[in-house]
Amino acid sequence: MLGFGMYTQALDSAGAAEPQGDVDEVARLERFQARIDRDEKIEPKDWMPADYRQALIRQIAQHAHSEVVGMLPEGNWISRAPSLRRKVVLIAKVQDEGGHGMYLYSAAETLGVSRAALIEQLLAGRAKYSSIFNYPTLTWADIGAIGWLVDGAAIMNQIPLCRCSYGPYARAMVRICKEESFHQRQGYELMLTLARGSAAQRAMAQEALNRWWWPSLMMFGPSDAHSVHTAQSMRWKIKRFSNDELRQKFIDVTVPQAQYLGLTVPDPELRWDEPAQHYRAGPIDWSEFQAVLEGGGPCNRERLAARREAHEAGRWVREAAVAYAEKHGAHAEPARSG
Amino acid sequence: MNEDWALYEVFIRSRSGLEHKHVGSLHAADARMAIEHARDTYTRRLEGVSIWVVRSSEIVASDPEEAEALFEPARDKIYRHPTFYAIPDEVKNL
Repeated sequence: MLGFGMYTQALDSAGAAEPQGDVDEVARLERFQARIDRDEKIEPKDWMPADYRQALIRQIAQHAHSEVVGMLPEGNWISRAPSLRRKVVLIAKVQDEGGHGMYLYSAAETLGVSRAALIEQLLAGRAKYSSIFNYPTLTWADIGAIGWLVDGAAIMNQIPLCRCSYGPYARAMVRICKEESFHQRQGYELMLTLARGSAAQRAMAQEALNRWWWPSLMMFGPSDAHSVHTAQSMRWKIKRFSNDELRQKFIDVTVPQAQYLGLTVPDPELRWDEPAQHYRAGPIDWSEFQAVLEGGGPCNRERLAARREAHEAGRWVREAAVAYAEKHGAHAEPARSG
Repeated sequence: MNEDWALYEVFIRSRSGLEHKHVGSLHAADARMAIEHARDTYTRRLEGVSIWVVRSSEIVASDPEEAEALFEPARDKIYRHPTFYAIPDEVKNL
C-alpha cells in the first residue's frame, strides 16, 4: 500500500533514520523547515528533527492527559444531575473527553512513544496536565461553567491546532473540535437556565463564574514574555497564535456572553478599550497558576489518586481480556464486512 | 508496567456506497474488542455503517525517502490526462 498517512506507531519506528554527520544534519533541517514554511504536513514516517518530535510528544501527551483527567471533575456530578436530560448529556460529554484522550494518545504514539509509557508517567505524577482540572466542582453550576468557560477556552486553543504541521495531531484536533462545540453549548445553556431561574440559582451561577473565571484565563498558559516554548513552536507551526493573543480573543468573546447571562465577571479592573475594540482584563495572579502547576492546587492529589485507583480496579478486566484472547486466538475474526 | 495491547488501524465506511476510510488507531486484546472499541471511539455520532480493523503490524507502507523514485516518473506523462489533447470546440460530446 502506498502513500498512506497513517497513525501507527509500528510504521514510525523504521522512519526517522538518524542523520549522518553535520552537513547532512544542516541540509535535512533546512529541507524540513522549508516543508513547514510551504505549509506541507509532516507525517509519521517523514524525517523530523529530534526536538520537533520531543516538543510534539510533550504537547500531545499533556493534552491527552488533560482530557482523561478532565473526566474526573465532571464525573463527580453524573449521579447528582438534576434531570434525566442533564444526566445523559453529561455522560455523553464525559465519554467524549475519554474519546479525545484516545485520539490524542494515538497521535502521540505515531511519534514512537508507547501509550503504556505515557499512562505510567501520568500515574507516577511525572506528567503534566492542564491545571484547570485541579479545581473542585463544588456545585451543579460548576458543570455549566466548565462547559462554557473551560471548554470555550479549550476550543480557542484547539481550533488553530487543526492546522498544526504534524498530520496525525492536526487530524485528531479536527475531530475533537467538532465535538467540543456541543460541550460548550450545553454548558452555556445550563448557565442560562440557572441565570433565568430562582435567586438561589442565579447566585449559584454567579458563584461558579467567580471561581472559574481566572483559572480559565490561566488555561492559555503564561504570558508571552514568560512562555518558554512559544517561539520555536510557532516556527514549526505547531502553534499558530501566542498565549496572550488567544487569551485576548477568549476575553473578547466571553465578556458579552457573561453580560447576556446577567452575571458579573469577577474582575474590578475589566474595561472596554474603545479605540482598540478589546476588553482589557486586570492582571492575572500567576503565583496561583505556578502553585497549582507545582501540585499545590485544591485537587492535585485527589485527581491522581482517582486515576490510580481506576487503573488498579480495572486491572483484572484487562487481564481477563488478554486471557480470553489467548484462549480463543487473538485473530479469531468476527464476520468481515466487505 | 502493563504492556500495551496490540495496535489496530481503524477504517470506517461512512455510508453505503462509499469506501472505508482510515480514521485512526486503537489498542485491543483481540479483533472483536478492536471492533467494539472502534465503535465507541470513532462512531459516537453516526459516523459509520461499517468498520474494518487491521493489525498495524500487518500494514506494509512505502518509505517517504523513496517517494521521488516511486511517484516522480508520472510527473512528465501529461499525455495521460484528457486536457493534453486539443479538440476543436465544434466537436461536441467527446
